[in-house]
Amino acid sequence: MKSDARKSDAKRTKGETLLEIRDLKISGQSDDVWHEIVKGVDLTLKRGEVLGLIGESGAGKSTIGLAAMGFARPGCKITGGSIIFDGKDLRKASEEERRALRGSRIAYVAQSAAASFNPAHRIIDQTVETAVGHDVLDRGKAEADAKDLYTRLKLPNPATIGSRYPHQVSGGQLQRAMTAMAMSCRPDLIIFDEPTTALDVTTQVDVLAAMRDIVEQFNTAAIYITHDLAVVAQMAHRIMVLRHGKLIEEAPTREMLKSPKEAYTKTLWAVRSLAMPERTGKDVVLRVHDVDATYGGIVKVLENVTVQVPRGRTVAVVGESGSGKSTLARVITGLLPPRKGEVYFNGKPLPRALKDRDKDTLRRIQMIYQSADTALNPRQRVRDVIGRPLEFYLGLKGQERDRKVVELLEQIELSEDLIDRLPGELSGGQKQRICIARALAADPELIICDEVTSALDQIVQEGILKLLLKLQKETNVSYLFITHDIATVRAIADEIVVMYQGRVVQQGLKTEVLSPPHPPYTELLLSSVPEMDPDWLTRLLEKRQAKGKVSA
Amino acid sequence: MSVDQTAPRSAPRTVKARRTVMQNVWRTLRKAPLSAWFGMIVIAIYIFVAFFAPWIAPYGESEVVSQQPFEVWSWAHWLGTDQLGRDMFTRLLFGARNTLGIALATTLLAFAIGGGLGIIASIFRGWVDQLLSRAVDTLMAIPQLIFALILLSIFGSSVKNLIIIIAVLDSTRVFRLARSVAMNVVVMDYVEAAKLRGEGLVWILFKEVLPNIMPTMVAEFGLRFCFVFLTISSLSFLGLGIQPPTADWGSMVRENATLITYGDFTPLMPAGAIALLTVAVNFVVDWFLHKTSGLRDEK
Amino acid sequence: MHPLLRTVLQRLGLGLITLFVVSLIIFSAIEFLPGDFAKAILGQAATPETVEAFQKEIGLDKPPVERYLNWIGGILQGDFGSSFSSRVGFRRTVLDIIAPRLWNTLFLAGITALVAVPLALGLGLMAALYRNSFFDRAINAATLTTISFPEFFVAYILMLFLAVQLRWFPSLSNVSADMPFFERLERSALPVLTLTLVIVAHMMRMTRAAIIGLLASPYIEMARLKGVSPGQVILRHALPNAWAPIANVVAFNLAYLVVGAVVVEVVFVYPGIGQAMVDAVRSRDIPVVQACALIFAVTYILLNLLADIISIATNPRLLHPR
Repeated sequence: MKSDARKSDAKRTKGETLLEIRDLKISGQSDDVWHEIVKGVDLTLKRGEVLGLIGESGAGKSTIGLAAMGFARPGCKITGGSIIFDGKDLRKASEEERRALRGSRIAYVAQSAAASFNPAHRIIDQTVETAVGHDVLDRGKAEADAKDLYTRLKLPNPATIGSRYPHQVSGGQLQRAMTAMAMSCRPDLIIFDEPTTALDVTTQVDVLAAMRDIVEQFNTAAIYITHDLAVVAQMAHRIMVLRHGKLIEEAPTREMLKSPKEAYTKTLWAVRSLAMPERTGKDVVLRVHDVDATYGGIVKVLENVTVQVPRGRTVAVVGESGSGKSTLARVITGLLPPRKGEVYFNGKPLPRALKDRDKDTLRRIQMIYQSADTALNPRQRVRDVIGRPLEFYLGLKGQERDRKVVELLEQIELSEDLIDRLPGELSGGQKQRICIARALAADPELIICDEVTSALDQIVQEGILKLLLKLQKETNVSYLFITHDIATVRAIADEIVVMYQGRVVQQGLKTEVLSPPHPPYTELLLSSVPEMDPDWLTRLLEKRQAKGKVSA
Repeated sequence: MSVDQTAPRSAPRTVKARRTVMQNVWRTLRKAPLSAWFGMIVIAIYIFVAFFAPWIAPYGESEVVSQQPFEVWSWAHWLGTDQLGRDMFTRLLFGARNTLGIALATTLLAFAIGGGLGIIASIFRGWVDQLLSRAVDTLMAIPQLIFALILLSIFGSSVKNLIIIIAVLDSTRVFRLARSVAMNVVVMDYVEAAKLRGEGLVWILFKEVLPNIMPTMVAEFGLRFCFVFLTISSLSFLGLGIQPPTADWGSMVRENATLITYGDFTPLMPAGAIALLTVAVNFVVDWFLHKTSGLRDEK
Repeated sequence: MHPLLRTVLQRLGLGLITLFVVSLIIFSAIEFLPGDFAKAILGQAATPETVEAFQKEIGLDKPPVERYLNWIGGILQGDFGSSFSSRVGFRRTVLDIIAPRLWNTLFLAGITALVAVPLALGLGLMAALYRNSFFDRAINAATLTTISFPEFFVAYILMLFLAVQLRWFPSLSNVSADMPFFERLERSALPVLTLTLVIVAHMMRMTRAAIIGLLASPYIEMARLKGVSPGQVILRHALPNAWAPIANVVAFNLAYLVVGAVVVEVVFVYPGIGQAMVDAVRSRDIPVVQACALIFAVTYILLNLLADIISIATNPRLLHPR
């Protein structure tokens, strides 16, 4: 074991096949019924090569990634095919043999580092566990090596950070520590399973750079799993597009980006292809004026925030987690009365608290949430969800109400056959459309959209965004669109408000905000958004290095 | 994912009517597993016996039918007679009526108190919640059976006292569950959406919160019923619950227990009747929980 | 102050308050006695004089606060007062009635705990590790059945088969103070077995659920994917996080054990404190009921307190604050 886990560099030459998966079939269990979720996938990986696996939710990409380690999650089983790693078929190998490979020659980096680190042990103990456990290094050497890896991964205080517990460091740092953990045995192959999905974009850049560097330094092969094509383009030499457990298309990264063959592949960046020209508007429907807000009277979450929304226009509020953008929505809706400042609606100040607002005011401002799953009562049928605001605000009843519900269903491009469905019987996109119909039913002047597309796959996002634009054209409704995703902003905004730590750092028309020169934070935010260009990360890092401001 | 139905039909004049509740119930029942069917049949039999005991039973509830106590099984007395010469089989049938009725009344009362207060605590939060929660914590710091024994020693064992005491004590557990389940629902976006719409407390309570905690509460009702049923039986067995001459399964075991030392298992039959019912309820609850939790992540 | 110490002290303070409130509740039992209570105790022949003397004897002429302080003060010095079965010239102290029985109950509960806790934790762990296997299903069905049975049903079934038919054990557990240890153990075998069956069923199910919840954590999957051996996954990765749920399960069930003892003692005529309490409730001997209830409640509160403190002390977020 000792000799073969840390192999000589001679053996690590590129070109030789490391992993070969043939006709892989995996079944998953739901409600006591087995369904095939991976339907005969072939995959070949050479030493030192980075392969991107991309697809939407339910494509089976994580399942395939785990299968490359000979592992199936509870409720899944590998039912067919072969997984040959360095000449050994993992399906035929004993569990003991597979265990010997895991961690030492094939390592795994999970999506949520915060959940995947054991809360009870120090970071360094978990980093060296594989090397010590597989008898690759003794404890002292392993710790020295771990600190070296922390340095290479640009973690702050590499000598001491290991003695901290997982809950004591930030998400971006933990993700890098997990990469160090995966590297500790210098494996031949690392599986990265959506390692940056949970991070903010500005953090993502640093983590991506650190991971790419270390994989290159040790010439490690990797499978990089993600749903974001722009991210995988920075990491992978070759990309495989998966859908519903089948391979759609496979090509070298540059070729795939330049000339995708399958129509489905193009839909993976559907939102980026949307670009609505901006429109100006003079008639202000909502004005948030110089607002401060606190939670519990102590933690200040909004400071001197002023935002305007013109009638029939879309104002996008962008910012990362903790920027206060969702709090802004709570202030406008009256859920969180502001500490200071006023909210004007059609020129008149709105009562601060929800309970002081009359029915007609409430009707004019509607809200759509990020997760349609929690925004729809699972016990109410579509008919009642959409029908309630009709009845409540407009007093419609019986057949009249039902007819209006069907009309709204048509407007959001859903069939009236869905009228008696429960939310659990609808797809994610359909659910979000129902939420839109519910807001629309009130015939509002302003709809607050809180990250309404961020839980959805690209093609579904595109559909929802197009629908929102169409509805705006039909009803002249205004949107306050809260999001962290710049691509979405480009697609539908007329004006942009950039928020950072509770303050507005920049606002203006879309083209103004998106074209240089930018204030520093906007610059950092915009430059951190991955582009559909394999050289984007390299160029960005060079540019930042030149400016001498690499953020920690 | 591209299944979003995009082809709207020509505008209809009438919209199709809803599917009835009964159709839904029947569709669900047909798919129930064997254990659930077994449970439901057992429960149905118990309910039947409880309702019709006076007509099915061969003798009167406390009618002394034999000069001799502890008679063996015979055609006249299927399960023999008890320590006072009363017909065992008759008393077993009447026992269903008394024991079940009292346990059911107690559980209902416990749910009315605990469920009501629990939901109120979750909606109002703040000091109402604090006050109720701390009071319940203190009541629960004393083991339930022990608390029941104290109260019975003060107020004496009558059916009314028994029902009130056990219901109040058991309502603490119902309160905790109702509160925590309702808390999970109250923080949902759809409840916030209803508040933003301007809905009143009544709508939020009955249309948004209650339907979503019902499955859990119904399942809990089954489990609490079992627990209450076992507690009352235990108290009766200790001679502190339902008092003679009322026929009751717990007391029947105690009164005839001496027979066991002679190797006769007749006194175990009322105990077995208790066990069979609780097993049956557990089976149904198990299936119900499985069913309702599956409903939510149905795709 | 270290947050851990602060949390533990807070919890201890809360425990003390709970003890105080519970003692108040138990004490105030006597306040709610109906007016004709003395007559009920002394019998129909009681004269107004004897009734008055009795009321004075139990201190009903003094204000409640003073009586509470006297009562709790006496208990702290080991004096639980006099039983209502005392008559003029013949004082039976509560302590005389419960002291020997308390020891018997502790013996019963102690032996049961020694058998049941390791057994339940072991079985629960096995069922969790091999979940959905035949073993898991079988043990699940068995425990579901056991917890559906009233304790006295289990007790009499065991008595019928093991004592009456097979004659392995005595059917009555009339232990006495001067009995040698092994004879005492043999006599207590059936009560211990009954309690063990009941407790193990509850405890095993709860352990299984707690461990399964834990094993579903992403860090356990991560440990497996690091090639950590199955034994090490449990010992190094699951166990340090499992103390809190396990402590709660054990405390809950040991408290249950004390209560379950009441029924089982009655079935096997075991001279324990549970039976004393039942007898006292029947004869409405309030001081004895209060003393027994206080002992049960204090045990229960202390066990839960201990479990809470174990949970706090093994929580890495509290052990190592930011």
